[in-house]
Amino acid sequence: MVNATHLRYEILRVYRFPMTVGLTIALPLVVYYAITPSNRHHLTEGIAFPLYYMTAMAAYGVMWGAASPGARIARDRASGWTRQARTTPLRAGTYLASKVVASYLVAIPTIGLLYLAGASLGVRLGATTWLEMTGLLLIGVTPFAVIGITLGHLATADAMVPAMAGSVLLFALLGGAFGRLFTGGAGLTIVKLLPSYWLVQAGASASTGGGDWPAEGWIVLAAWTAALVPLAVLAYRRDTSRT
Amino acid sequence: MASVNAAGGGIVLSQLSKSYGQVRAVRSIDLMIAPGETVALLGPNGAGKTTVLDMMLGLTRPDGGTVSVFGVPPAAAVRAGWVGAMLQTGSLPQLLKVREAVTLVASYYPHPLPVEDVLRLTGATEFANRQTTRLSGGQARRAYFALALVGNPDLFILDEPTSGIDVEGRRDFWHTVRSIAEQGKTVVFATHYLEEADAFADRIVLIARGRIIADGPATEIKARAGSRTIRATLPGVDVASLVALPGVLSADRHGDAVILSCSDADAALSALLGKFPGAVRDIEVQGQSLEEAFVELTADQPDDDSRSAGQDGGDASTEEETRW
Repeated sequence: MVNATHLRYEILRVYRFPMTVGLTIALPLVVYYAITPSNRHHLTEGIAFPLYYMTAMAAYGVMWGAASPGARIARDRASGWTRQARTTPLRAGTYLASKVVASYLVAIPTIGLLYLAGASLGVRLGATTWLEMTGLLLIGVTPFAVIGITLGHLATADAMVPAMAGSVLLFALLGGAFGRLFTGGAGLTIVKLLPSYWLVQAGASASTGGGDWPAEGWIVLAAWTAALVPLAVLAYRRDTSRT
Repeated sequence: MASVNAAGGGIVLSQLSKSYGQVRAVRSIDLMIAPGETVALLGPNGAGKTTVLDMMLGLTRPDGGTVSVFGVPPAAAVRAGWVGAMLQTGSLPQLLKVREAVTLVASYYPHPLPVEDVLRLTGATEFANRQTTRLSGGQARRAYFALALVGNPDLFILDEPTSGIDVEGRRDFWHTVRSIAEQGKTVVFATHYLEEADAFADRIVLIARGRIIADGPATEIKARAGSRTIRATLPGVDVASLVALPGVLSADRHGDAVILSCSDADAALSALLGKFPGAVRDIEVQGQSLEEAFVELTADQPDDDSRSAGQDGGDASTEEETRW
């Protein structure tokens, strides 16, 4: 299904798009190093701040990375390349699958670099925990990959950047990527319904022994994915239907 | 190389129609293209050429009628890798270099050509390392051509392939297309350059206002336009008797010289010789240029359905057969 050459160039294109590199790698690293040292000994919900913020920034970076194929979809549509590609044997499924796989592959360096940054500020975890955390980040980012594809097929190339930035930032903010907004009450109940909350919680969940999210987290992520996938399919069909 | 052509049929359009709102872009077109043919769709802008090609590619859904490409629907032929296309609004993937873009497209096809060969063949080698967004218009067209070529398809669909290319580039382009055609590939191209259709197609399909108005070899298209001109020296003949000859549209006299504008020059000439045996001298038969034929055929096409026989001029002798 996935064509290796296509995937290789898809990844190459991600790294040639400076905004993606900046937002998925540079920005989370810079923010992490700017905020963490002065809060090094704080605890956030019983978790050391450097660990909490490491996963929060990794979550933020992978959200951008996962949604970024949408920007390239919008550009490909605007330039006419999507249409041109439909005169070749490239299948729609391969096209979309490669975008998603590429966004996961791009997420891995982001996660890796944040881990190194975390380690440099004293985060120490067992190998299993690191792996579990990585797994949760990659699973948790799925709704954002789907959001990216949906927006890519709905928005114009010009509207795409604000639309994507708006949704990613809003989800990141509410999900606690820049610090917890709510520690209880109705606010917390509501933000717990967001996929970004659980993405940010990946570190906390993995490091406090549970290994993964509580059932609530899995349900929220599954529900968002289940609701968004048909929307993405609809957007894709609408966009590529023959006229 | 797997010859899918043998499987059958070439390209068959039957009763193909497409409207955009009130505009009837394509009106019930029937067309058969045999495998290995090089066919030009010739017509003015807005004639429906692009819509026809888009339906051959499966990019546009017909309102009515069917398209079959080598025996299967267009989308299936495209998926099988039998088709390479240059769209009018061509495009290259951004954030890649030209060589990378060609390699990428090659990876979609089952039996691609070597990328370097294709770059050389299309004259794209010199800018192969340039980003696709930093090409001149002519370079971009060469790159589109490379993308169409690299999959080694059996059918090439080229929509105004040389627009924006300079004269020299155009010559190189057609030289390559000709070598492709010589390998037995089928080539269908749209153009409004009459010389291109005349020089490079086995067959010209003239399209105006969504209809095929003529279809045949370039020589036949010119004849189809009606007026080939016979000039001869024929003293003392009256014009009315010349107009009465079969195949003559109008006649004119300048002293001893007569000029007959003919819808069927063959019939007119033999009638002329039969009627004035021995008297006709200095005979000259002149075909008009394709340009003139084109203007004549595409002008004054009635906008309703009947392909009315009455051409302009109002002469009674325009009862020619529509053999197309």
